[in-house]
Amino acid sequence: MSKEPSPPSAPARKPGSQVIVDTLVEQGVEVMFGYLGGVVLPLFDKLYDSPIRFIIPRHEQGGCHMADAYARATGRVGVVVATSGPGATNLTTGLATAMMDSVPLVALTGQVRTELIGNDAFQEADTTGITRPITKHNVIVKDPQELAPTIREAFYIASTGRPGPVLIDIPVDMQIAEVPVTPPGKVSLPGYRIRTHGHARQISAAARAINEAQRPVLYVGGGVITAGAAAELRALAKKANLPVTMTLMGLGAFDQTDPASLDMLGMHGTAYANFAVQECDLLIAVGARFDDRVTGHLKTFAPQARVIHIDIDPASISKNVRVEIPVVGSAKDILAELTDAVEPRERAEWFARIAAWKQRHPLQYDRQGSGIKPQYVIEELWRQTDGQATIVTGVGQHQMWTAQFYRFRRPRQFISSGGLGTMGYGLPAAIGAQVARPGELVVDIDGDSSFNMTMNELCTAVQYELPVKVCLINNGYMGMVRQWQELFYGRRYSCSSLKNPDFAKVAEAYGAVGVTVTDKADVSDAVARMLAETRPCVFDFHVDREENVWPMVPAGRSLHEMDGLDIFEMA
Amino acid sequence: MKHIISALVLNKPGVLAHVAGMFAARAFNIDSLAVGRTDDPNLSRMTIVVIGDDRVVEQVRKQLAKIVTIVKVQDFAGQDVVARDLMLITVSCPAEKRPEIQALIEMFMAKVVDIGPKTVMVEVAGPESKIEAFIDSCRPYGIKSMVRTGTVAMARYVRGRATKETNE
Ligand SMILES: Cc1ncc(C[n+]2csc(CCOP(=O)(O)OP(=O)(O)O)c2C)c(N)n1
Ligand SMILES: [Mg+2]
Repeated sequence: MSKEPSPPSAPARKPGSQVIVDTLVEQGVEVMFGYLGGVVLPLFDKLYDSPIRFIIPRHEQGGCHMADAYARATGRVGVVVATSGPGATNLTTGLATAMMDSVPLVALTGQVRTELIGNDAFQEADTTGITRPITKHNVIVKDPQELAPTIREAFYIASTGRPGPVLIDIPVDMQIAEVPVTPPGKVSLPGYRIRTHGHARQISAAARAINEAQRPVLYVGGGVITAGAAAELRALAKKANLPVTMTLMGLGAFDQTDPASLDMLGMHGTAYANFAVQECDLLIAVGARFDDRVTGHLKTFAPQARVIHIDIDPASISKNVRVEIPVVGSAKDILAELTDAVEPRERAEWFARIAAWKQRHPLQYDRQGSGIKPQYVIEELWRQTDGQATIVTGVGQHQMWTAQFYRFRRPRQFISSGGLGTMGYGLPAAIGAQVARPGELVVDIDGDSSFNMTMNELCTAVQYELPVKVCLINNGYMGMVRQWQELFYGRRYSCSSLKNPDFAKVAEAYGAVGVTVTDKADVSDAVARMLAETRPCVFDFHVDREENVWPMVPAGRSLHEMDGLDIFEMA
Repeated sequence: MKHIISALVLNKPGVLAHVAGMFAARAFNIDSLAVGRTDDPNLSRMTIVVIGDDRVVEQVRKQLAKIVTIVKVQDFAGQDVVARDLMLITVSCPAEKRPEIQALIEMFMAKVVDIGPKTVMVEVAGPESKIEAFIDSCRPYGIKSMVRTGTVAMARYVRGRATKETNE
């Protein structure tokens, strides 16, 4: 059959849905997550023949967390798709999670036909209106020619500066419309400028302050990981001889097996980190935002310290704490320049004080009792993986124990919902991380209540043969809530205990492996079995029900006023 | 303290919602907001009067600059600016009060734009203080209705200094 040559005057055309897929491929997308529905069918039809791998979750929230964790594990942009109305509203928790933790994400939502918008059409929701405060940027496409440039802009905005989720709402008629094929143009965003290079004068002021400091502390947040600046951080800490403490989001930025690590600070941070911050004469914040879970009572936070704040987001600076030396720009460049400018210092006295705090107040728990301590399970997991596994969590006590007892060694190793604290993040995030790291060990250390929220994604793990391991810290409580009720509401455990299913049986029903562990003596073997498992699995550890997370700075107290420092010394 | 912030924004749908939403979400107080076209058809200018201390206003400026569709943000604090409001106000005006009210209007360099049997509509432009003073002067006669644009402002020419607009 011979093909008619097209007349030279008419430019080639293709449907909007094809433009979307081609632009995604052009942006380097290899895998996407998402769910179907009427107004995204044209798009899915074109995905059918595309080289992009597609993972279907069992709920759009799960899909969004998967894309988010894929992004956190790789540093690349995660992509999620949902249909209009309920599909889009199901994304919101995932978008807000990504927004709070500055995760680069592009969400594509279908929308009803352009001429129906505003008419309360079937499955219509004002998606851009709903998601405006939980995205870095969002836009609805009303001209099919804008599809390609809008997608390019979305990837650019999502992944640069302080990253975040960008949502593109695409009415179904935009997907169907025939669009002339045009060569890719340059992204032009007059309202979007990022300062990457730190101001030289600010950098030398910071270097001077570091050289002068007797008792400095580096306070490191997730921004260092985002910026890919862990090596630069290490170089600075080594050259200037600075102790390093990390936020929950910053864990992995600095090897916790290094003696200069003070581990995590804040509400459930280590005593030695919090004491060091309260006693320091210079606090060097890098890619961190002085969150209230970190600072405790703001007025008494780091009372003796001069403050340097390095951040790519100018709005983060002086938002909560007055900063003497702000440096706006990329942590990677700035830390490298700072390292060149600082001088080696010994600070023997300061490190001796820190060592004494470490000796006096290590993280600890009762190892003697007969029940399974949650910390023991996590410590055992840490020991048997040599601290090298990718660890994902839900939200609650188990998340804090993970932050305390799994000692992280490298960036992007710890994946957890920090800013929003989203229960149910664990399993879908583990799936996203496993997609990003095929063949590597990914463990979701989850809480029973958190797991209950999204455990339907076990289906997804089974379907795509993703051997994620769920290490369930099952205390039969919303443990973190119960702890607050114990401490602040006179042990009145109002509504914080739920009847759980037999998680091992649930796992098996989904086609995964399920094992229940109730005996302390079995923990070590069970962990070994879990790590050796080649299929998705749930290991349900029935732990001591009323164990608490210590130490703790109760909300509103100063960072050094920690409870629970001495409770194990009686034994 | 009142600050006048001027923002150059892309002329795209959703920008106003973005600004209004950001103010609400971050609990900032808007005193007035005026939006209008500029000489460039792609751009609009928003003039926002914000109440807050310096730290709050600094956050407002930075958060505005973060919005992707906002091109430039400028805080006029500490600058010599021309700031103007426009008001239409309808005042009760029975025949016997006309000379009095006419004198008032002339004193304020305002303009009568409509006359009814017992009312008069007046257009007043000027700095906020003048507008307020005019309102106070009209009160005894009875204000039927009034509408204000909100402040618009522009920096005066200063020798040797280019007007600075930031986009961080
Ligand atoms: C979606 C969501 N709903 C409610 C909360 C409030 N919350 C924080 S921790 C917690 C309990 C978590 O219980 P579980 O997952 O069993 O973890 P545990 O604290 O017992 O380790 C709750 C309800 C939350 N963080 N996220
Ligand atoms: Mg629990």
